Amino acid sequence: MVTFEEIKKSFLACIWFMFLTFPIMVIRVNTVQNEIEWRWKNMILIGIASFILSFFWRNLFRQKIKKGKQKDPYENTEKISIFQKVLKEKKYYFPGTVALCFFVIGFPLLFSLYQINIMITALIYVMLGLGLNIVVGLAGLLDLGYVAFYAVGAYSYALLHYHFGIGFWIALPLGGLLSAFFGILLGYPVLRLRGDYLAIVTLGFGEIIRLILENWNEFSFGPSGIANIPRPGFFGIKMSLEGHTIYLYYLMILLVLFTIFVVNRLQNSRIGRAWIALREDEIACQAMGIDKAKTKLTAFALGATWAGMGGVIFAAKTTFINPASFTIWESIIILCIVVLGGMGSIFGVISGAMILILLPEYLRAFSEYRMLIFGVVLVVMMIFRPGGIIPDIRRAYKYKSKETH
Amino acid sequence: MKPILDVKNLTMKFGGLTALDNLDLDVREGEIVALIGPNGAGKTTFFNCITGIYNPTGGDILVRGSGKESIRINGLKPNKVTQKGLARTFQNIRLFPNMTVLENVMIGRHCRTHSGILGAIFRGQSTVREEQQVVEDSYAILEKINLNQFVDELAMNLPYGAQRRLEIARAMATNPFLLLLDEPAAGMNPQETSELDELIVWIRDTEKISILLIEHDMKLVMSLSDRIFVMDYGKKIAQGTPDEIKCNPIVIKAYLGEEMDA
Amino acid sequence: MDWNYFLELFLGGLTRGSIYALIALGYTMVYGIIELINFAHGEIYMIGAFTALIVATVLSMLGMNQFAILICAMVAAVVYSCAYGFTVEKLAYKPLRKAPRLSALISAIGMSLFLQNYVLLAQTSDFLPFPSLIPDFEFWEPYAHVISSQELVILMTSFVVMVLLTLLIKFTKIGKAMRATAQDKVMAALVGIDVNRVISVTFIVGSATAAIGGVLIASHIGQINFYIGFIAGIKAFVAAVLGGIGSIPGAVLGSFVLGWTESFFTGYISSDYEDVFAFMFLVFILIFRPAGILGRSETQKV
Repeated sequence: MVTFEEIKKSFLACIWFMFLTFPIMVIRVNTVQNEIEWRWKNMILIGIASFILSFFWRNLFRQKIKKGKQKDPYENTEKISIFQKVLKEKKYYFPGTVALCFFVIGFPLLFSLYQINIMITALIYVMLGLGLNIVVGLAGLLDLGYVAFYAVGAYSYALLHYHFGIGFWIALPLGGLLSAFFGILLGYPVLRLRGDYLAIVTLGFGEIIRLILENWNEFSFGPSGIANIPRPGFFGIKMSLEGHTIYLYYLMILLVLFTIFVVNRLQNSRIGRAWIALREDEIACQAMGIDKAKTKLTAFALGATWAGMGGVIFAAKTTFINPASFTIWESIIILCIVVLGGMGSIFGVISGAMILILLPEYLRAFSEYRMLIFGVVLVVMMIFRPGGIIPDIRRAYKYKSKETH
Repeated sequence: MKPILDVKNLTMKFGGLTALDNLDLDVREGEIVALIGPNGAGKTTFFNCITGIYNPTGGDILVRGSGKESIRINGLKPNKVTQKGLARTFQNIRLFPNMTVLENVMIGRHCRTHSGILGAIFRGQSTVREEQQVVEDSYAILEKINLNQFVDELAMNLPYGAQRRLEIARAMATNPFLLLLDEPAAGMNPQETSELDELIVWIRDTEKISILLIEHDMKLVMSLSDRIFVMDYGKKIAQGTPDEIKCNPIVIKAYLGEEMDA
Repeated sequence: MDWNYFLELFLGGLTRGSIYALIALGYTMVYGIIELINFAHGEIYMIGAFTALIVATVLSMLGMNQFAILICAMVAAVVYSCAYGFTVEKLAYKPLRKAPRLSALISAIGMSLFLQNYVLLAQTSDFLPFPSLIPDFEFWEPYAHVISSQELVILMTSFVVMVLLTLLIKFTKIGKAMRATAQDKVMAALVGIDVNRVISVTFIVGSATAAIGGVLIASHIGQINFYIGFIAGIKAFVAAVLGGIGSIPGAVLGSFVLGWTESFFTGYISSDYEDVFAFMFLVFILIFRPAGILGRSETQKV
């Protein structure tokens, strides 16, 4: 029911935003030719949009409050989404998996090279997202310099190849290891830092790495980057560009499966539980006998390993890298994937990566607004659905009760 | 009998403020000892010093597990202290809210288990066995403490009294010989408090864990404790059995304030 | 040693530092009250500069004199920055006041990303030349080789703003309320302080100083784009942390220290790694003295 009060509120919001966006949205100056462009249409659009959106905004808040009040300690059903129900149900689960398998395997046959390339990019982001998920989602350490490890991986492959002629298959684990090493190197001094300081220091670290790569010409060839990085080989068989792409696609699928496998196992292990406990309450976690330093460092190192491997693959895919690919915004896109999908949830992160990377590619009109929308996604998700689109559900363990002993 | 926890001349200073002033305290095997005192007397600071959250300015903290040499634990990290066999609960409940009740207890087993990253990934025989053992042990503790109806609930959804008991269960999972309880009865109703009373006695008698607790509920303290230490302004002002403490004029003064003397 | 060069670097550092200070104040005030690193603060400053540019260009086409343009552009920048600061807080931070700190921080990053791209899309991604709004005073000519009149104006303005801000916080009713809220939000609310209003005012005041800084530096450097807020924001944040985040004199002191070190570093060592240096500085401070020069180290409550 839309009351007069509601309309009044929305009207005020509409006026406020029209005022707020007036200089930036309406006037565009060209200081070189001394021209002014007045875009009154924008003002009207903003007015209409904010009028409508403010209804939604308030409505979302009402729902949030209602949900908070409804929270009955014994009723947990509401938190489990339809998606999770489907996953649990055997009769949907099995055919669903089979269909997905066919789709994944058949993808290169059905789609063009261009689309396969996009899919490979998306899969790299899945890997990066799953890696960052260990650090941010599980261990609760906000790492804004994740891209640094990605860069370390990419540059290790490029430089190792350039200087020593090392191939993809050796560079892949090596890049991962080097990144893990950097992860520990960064992790060690920041162990004592609280969450928000950690975010800033890692951001600084990411920028330091990028700026060094940009300025240290003798080492990294500066802004011009490194070209002619070989694509992954397959027992020395010569392949066409198309063959290479399809091969890389299947390779990526295998690596993503491997990542899922490892992350899933880590998550449900003694170490994974320690990470989550660390995220939930650092002091209690330590008081329960968990070594905070060691736990944080393993999270950093393991998260970095995936970024490093992702970097090697990225270098192999594009065959050219330069520092411009490793800006802070890359870190934020990956963070966005984790946040949108659901921190700590593997399925969530995969869907997050698919949505955020594929959508802008296919909706061209949308791609210009990509970063703008990412920003909105971060804010809105944090306010209305901090758990992400597919929140993590804690698994139930099997135990014997006393009676059956 | 040698004490299992022996604190000598413990001093803690924050800048100019002396929060603990030459405090002596000891707990013997099989005892329930209470530490009482008015608000701000330094009781929780004392706990924090012992459990390694603060590094005390001076003094010695010696612990001795059954049949072991006594060791000085000053300045050890909290996780090391826990490994030595001291486990604690917190005044303002600090559970892991988004983990299940069972997982909360399983965290307590962390320092008694070993499987690492590779074990987690390859999930070999020994890891699987250890993991299952952790689950069984944790479930057994929950059963003992009567929390098994909540096993798969998230900790944050538990009623208040159950949360307090879960903190005790989680601490017990670390296999301690001394349990430090920081105001375990705070915010509990009389029914819950009397259940807690039974639980603490049961832990001492059946699980053979000695207990040091901070508590404001005098009825609980008097009925439970073997000995009581009283603190005020960071100093120990009295110690003795409940009956001795009850009629100690210094204690009464500290609790009721100066104006009662007049 | 070349003393003139040294003096030049010293004054350059001072100017730089005073601009950092204007931005750092906003960080430190917000952090002092709601313990949030307001990532979008740099963007507020950038929007201030853009508003000033737009208003100045429009007015100069109408043929107003330079001084009037300066005043109008400055007022517009301050008004709009305040409006943006206020709105950002209401939309992105207020709903998260009871949420974990990480949530609010992520929301702040989102807001920063949004505002940058909003300006990028609505205006341009190119650098825009910024008109020199600050006039060259004739009476200052003889001293201009030491410090230009622009730099002088920057120094004076920042000084006045800082004094005004200190007076505001020390002696006014809202200043007292701000200090009380920073100490303990719940208690402040209990004694009748409207905490929401205090937080809004903090954002508005912080945005206003950032806007003044934005206009001054844009006019000094002579060009702006949508990205200037990010680097300036990070540097001002370094300054705030260096001084001890949450402390207002700390922010000012930290800004000058950063300004000087940067100025001397680039002047005597290398200008390639100027930004690397700022980041390294940040990393080292946070690791070795997270409380900063004037900050109190906080003991964790258990």
